[in-house]
Amino acid sequence: MTVPKTPVLSVHSAQKRFGAVQALKDVSLEAYRGEVLALLGDNGAGKSTLVKCMSGVHGLDAGEIQLDSVSIKLRSPAAAREAGIETVYQDLALFDNLTPAQNFYCGREIAYPEWFPRGMRFLKKRLMDREAAGIIDRLKVRLPKFDAPVALMSGGQRQAIAVARAAVFARKIVILDEPTAALGLRESRKVLDLIKQLRAEGNAVILITHNMEHVVELADRAVVLRQGRKVGELKPDRSNRQEIVSLIVGAEV
Amino acid sequence: MELALPAFSQRDVLVNPSAADKETIDEAATFVFYGERTTCRGIVAEQKNVAIPLAESRGPGASAILVGLKVLSAGPVLILLILVAVISVTTPVFLKPANISNILAQTSVIAIVSLGQHLVILTRGIDLSVGANLALATVMGGLLFKVTDSATVVIAAMMVTGVLVGFVNGAVYVFGRLPHPFIITLATLSICRGLAYSISENHTTMRGMPDLVVTIGGGDTFGIPNPFIVVVICAFLVLLMMKAMVWGRWIYAVGGAPEAAVEMGIPVKWVLVSAYVIAGLCCGIGAVVLSGRTEATSPLFGNLLELDTIAAVIIGGASFLGGRGHIGHALVGAVMIGVIRNALNLNNVDAFFQMVAIGLVIVVAVEADVWRNYLESRARALQAGTSQ
Repeated sequence: MTVPKTPVLSVHSAQKRFGAVQALKDVSLEAYRGEVLALLGDNGAGKSTLVKCMSGVHGLDAGEIQLDSVSIKLRSPAAAREAGIETVYQDLALFDNLTPAQNFYCGREIAYPEWFPRGMRFLKKRLMDREAAGIIDRLKVRLPKFDAPVALMSGGQRQAIAVARAAVFARKIVILDEPTAALGLRESRKVLDLIKQLRAEGNAVILITHNMEHVVELADRAVVLRQGRKVGELKPDRSNRQEIVSLIVGAEV
Repeated sequence: MELALPAFSQRDVLVNPSAADKETIDEAATFVFYGERTTCRGIVAEQKNVAIPLAESRGPGASAILVGLKVLSAGPVLILLILVAVISVTTPVFLKPANISNILAQTSVIAIVSLGQHLVILTRGIDLSVGANLALATVMGGLLFKVTDSATVVIAAMMVTGVLVGFVNGAVYVFGRLPHPFIITLATLSICRGLAYSISENHTTMRGMPDLVVTIGGGDTFGIPNPFIVVVICAFLVLLMMKAMVWGRWIYAVGGAPEAAVEMGIPVKWVLVSAYVIAGLCCGIGAVVLSGRTEATSPLFGNLLELDTIAAVIIGGASFLGGRGHIGHALVGAVMIGVIRNALNLNNVDAFFQMVAIGLVIVVAVEADVWRNYLESRARALQAGTSQ
């Protein structure tokens, strides 16, 4: 795979402290379009903190985040999404009482007339349904019923809807926080295929996972964090699996 | 038909991965999949590549659940129809036009205020202040009627009072960072009722209302009681906002998953405030109708209206957990309460037993909501097992 020269997202010397705990110490990383970057580390290594800084939940104490080589400040999750960074959290942020299409567009409904305040506009329901159905089709997600509320769908289908939503609106980066943690084997497979598709469509994907199989299969690069520091960056494959694991746990093998 | 499954549900397993480490979850999830006998057959068949269609293997479990969900969602309307049928057989007076229009007029205040209560309950909230708010609104109108004959001023005063109280409810709840609206609306219940008594200077009733208000509350148009027409107009407007406008979608989103609504960039705080403001406005409209029908205002009005409206919304089939329901639920519930009261009145059952009857119906309605949630989690488990 030819890696473009300039990263779409880069983090430089990120520092973050919560009280006495230094969660991130001088962490830098870069994400490129059409590439899956695995973010690895044991519990408490700083992965989630780093992700939350990139998705606008936390601010950095020091260091900077650049999007397409321009330094930006992400003040809120909404601002991050505005900038083209979509995050799929572990809780999925789905609305159980709404249909997949309604979930897709929740918070960014297609509505008219433009000059009305956002909440007072009238929904373009058919357009949204059609577009959402097209996306679901394109990403080869199979749903039992398109007009049923998400509450009736399985864990894998829900995960697929959340990932698909992120995929549609991400213009630059999709961050996935342990997308397969709660899924069975076959449902995980579906989500992994979806991630491959995101990459094929030119997104930069940042993937957090504990599953080494998935890292070896999917990731083009892996960044390993331990105790808030970046301790390694490498190309994962079958041969260096043990090396990655020892980086994560901090032991010689 | 329903197998006895372990106490954890599919939702627990799938949405709270942090509850246990991954291996345990995989095991647990598989266990749930196999908990359904028919599902188990489907999986085995697939593994052996035997050509048993999956649709068949979904079997009675899945279709029974879907039928159950349909019955539960149609339940309130069915019960209302059965109720009307039984009462009209046993009590012939019931279907007389005079009695019907009596029910409609009596139910209208509950119905209007239930529309607002329904919005609040959709957002996982509750408004206990509606009765007191309505009483305060009528008293404000009554006091102004002493100095002016203008119907416009009186009506405006009632509506503005309702809206202001609603705004206080919403604003203190949201910006005061209260954990639940229960407390603030309980406080405004006390404040409004107390204010209504003190500003009416111990007059329990003030007679008289402008003609227009009397017509709205007590007149009829082509034989249809005007209060009922007010209900229809209000219901139509709320329906329009809920179904056609972005705001309505946001109400459902906030009720369905408040944290997700924040993450998706919905202005959750203002959506919540708006729900309480509209609930307050509904109290103001209810005040106009009630003081028009009685040609009087009183700080005693709207006593226990909060219970009636909450009961109407829940009996009608909206979920107490928020996010589920539509205005049809509020209206069906309000009519059901009106019908039950009317039937018991016609049969000379005393008023205290009416309270018992309404209470029993509430228990049934809440239990139906619990069943719906249970069936949904079973449907989800089946999806996970069969739809790969």
